[in-house]
Amino acid sequence: MNILALDTAANACSVALLTGEGVIERIETAPRKHAATLLPMAEDCLAEAGLTLKDLHAVAFGRGPGSFTGLRIATSVTQGIAYGAGLPVVPVSNLAAAAVAARRKHGWDQVLAAFDARMGELYAAAYRFDRAGLPVPVRAEALLSPAALLLPDTLGAWMGAGSGFAAWPELGAALGLAGCDPAVEPVARDLLGIAAEAVAGGRTVTAAEALPVYLRDRVAWQGGAGRHRP
Amino acid sequence: MRVLGIETSCDETGVAVVDDRAGLLAHALYSQVRLHAEFGGVVPELASRDHVRKLLPLVDQVLAEAGTTPAELDGVAYTGGPGLIGALLVGACAGRSLAWAWGVPAIGVHHMEAHLLAPMLESPAPAFPFIALLVSGGHSMLVEVQGLGQYRVLGETLDDAAGEAFDKTAKVLGLGYPGGPALAQLATAGGPGRLSLPRPMLRRPGLDFSFSGLKTAVIIGIRDLELDEKTRADVAWEFQEAMVDVLVGKSLRAVEQTGIRRLVVAGGVGANRRLRERLTGDAAALGVEVFYPRLEFCTDNGAMIAYAGMLRLKAGEAASSSIEARARWDLETLRPPGASV
Repeated sequence: MNILALDTAANACSVALLTGEGVIERIETAPRKHAATLLPMAEDCLAEAGLTLKDLHAVAFGRGPGSFTGLRIATSVTQGIAYGAGLPVVPVSNLAAAAVAARRKHGWDQVLAAFDARMGELYAAAYRFDRAGLPVPVRAEALLSPAALLLPDTLGAWMGAGSGFAAWPELGAALGLAGCDPAVEPVARDLLGIAAEAVAGGRTVTAAEALPVYLRDRVAWQGGAGRHRP
Repeated sequence: MRVLGIETSCDETGVAVVDDRAGLLAHALYSQVRLHAEFGGVVPELASRDHVRKLLPLVDQVLAEAGTTPAELDGVAYTGGPGLIGALLVGACAGRSLAWAWGVPAIGVHHMEAHLLAPMLESPAPAFPFIALLVSGGHSMLVEVQGLGQYRVLGETLDDAAGEAFDKTAKVLGLGYPGGPALAQLATAGGPGRLSLPRPMLRRPGLDFSFSGLKTAVIIGIRDLELDEKTRADVAWEFQEAMVDVLVGKSLRAVEQTGIRRLVVAGGVGANRRLRERLTGDAAALGVEVFYPRLEFCTDNGAMIAYAGMLRLKAGEAASSSIEARARWDLETLRPPGASV
């Protein structure tokens, strides 16, 4: 199965291509350059694999949570590619991808993924890995205050991953986590397993249905509006 | 050549297909005005979120209405700036990627260049050179247009844009947001004599505008007035006359100074009926031809982006696959296609 995955939800801009022979990836960390680097990186991956868009089975993208503008860059590029090439899309949670990244790095089985959402809040979700090595949500993703974050009531050690544990360094201990790694940040490669399984199970969406999941939906307050009208 | 155009620089999602032989094949617009009304202005994050939801359904609709398959498209044009960066990125990322997947060239279009050229979608179309009065909620400028990519800004507003002055004065008169068109409507029931308003910078030489003082003059002028319906209509009438006097006066001054006897009006305020009436009358008296886009292409739309993009694509210009959007982009830095920058 050939799947192209894009992620621009956080600091890194990354593209990964799953092929029968393995994974090809490109990662760049250049602030505010995500839009500029995404398509050239995808071109690179396809060229290295000797594939064209016609050879793909789906496009996957990190649909959030993450930087609002970053999410829209990956979303809009995915929409364009999928609509243009007539491909189905798999939107993948960036928190689930963070759990995958933590497992890839540390081999953890139960991961509480938490991103710093600013304004004193976190985006968080808890995952346990199934026999196929894919993350299954035990606690659904949510936007919440650190005080409202609770560990799932299950056996076994829970590990923390993501920028939320850097923003609140005492959070891991307060929750009783067995350990945590604030440096875990998912890249496009971490979307591929989830995406392949979704494609195999027919759980894809159309290009127009490929939309970001921000989790923070209250973003405007009366009187706080911008004035610019080009 | 057949080009898909995408506009997402502010609060309207516009999509169109233009063909160099058949002309405009189809266009559609989704306006977010109601979304932003309760905030009294455009909320950039909300605008960006709405563009992502609306863009592909509009592309689908426009291609169907144009009776065009993607295989018949020769290029994609999208607004590359200036505008709200988050909103621009949605159209630029989707438009550039569509072209990438279709294997056709793409181009990021300057929003103001597209406005300047919008009257060329009409028949008769203005020939180069012409003077363009570009008046919208974000801009007020007089531009000398010698050809595609040959623009000299003759004058611009030093403070509020013309549309902004309409909207702010409408707010003073309790007409909501964006109240410019409502103010113009109210003015039709009004007449002269209720208060005296200045014609900012009209007596001064040069082609720059200043509109913020006019709003202040209205606020001061209505202080001692009982604002019943008739009075509000009279105030709206006076305000509109002052605006139109300045816009017409400066436009004709630009014609006089350059000797270019063709005038093009574009931008949202270009839809103002009184402005059109006065310009057409005063210009005709001087033997100056005036050209307007149709009313729906005065405001932001995808057709003007498709058209301006088509002119540049036809000349062989194209964007790389590195997607770029610019919040700020000086019109005078544009060059004709093929010219070295």
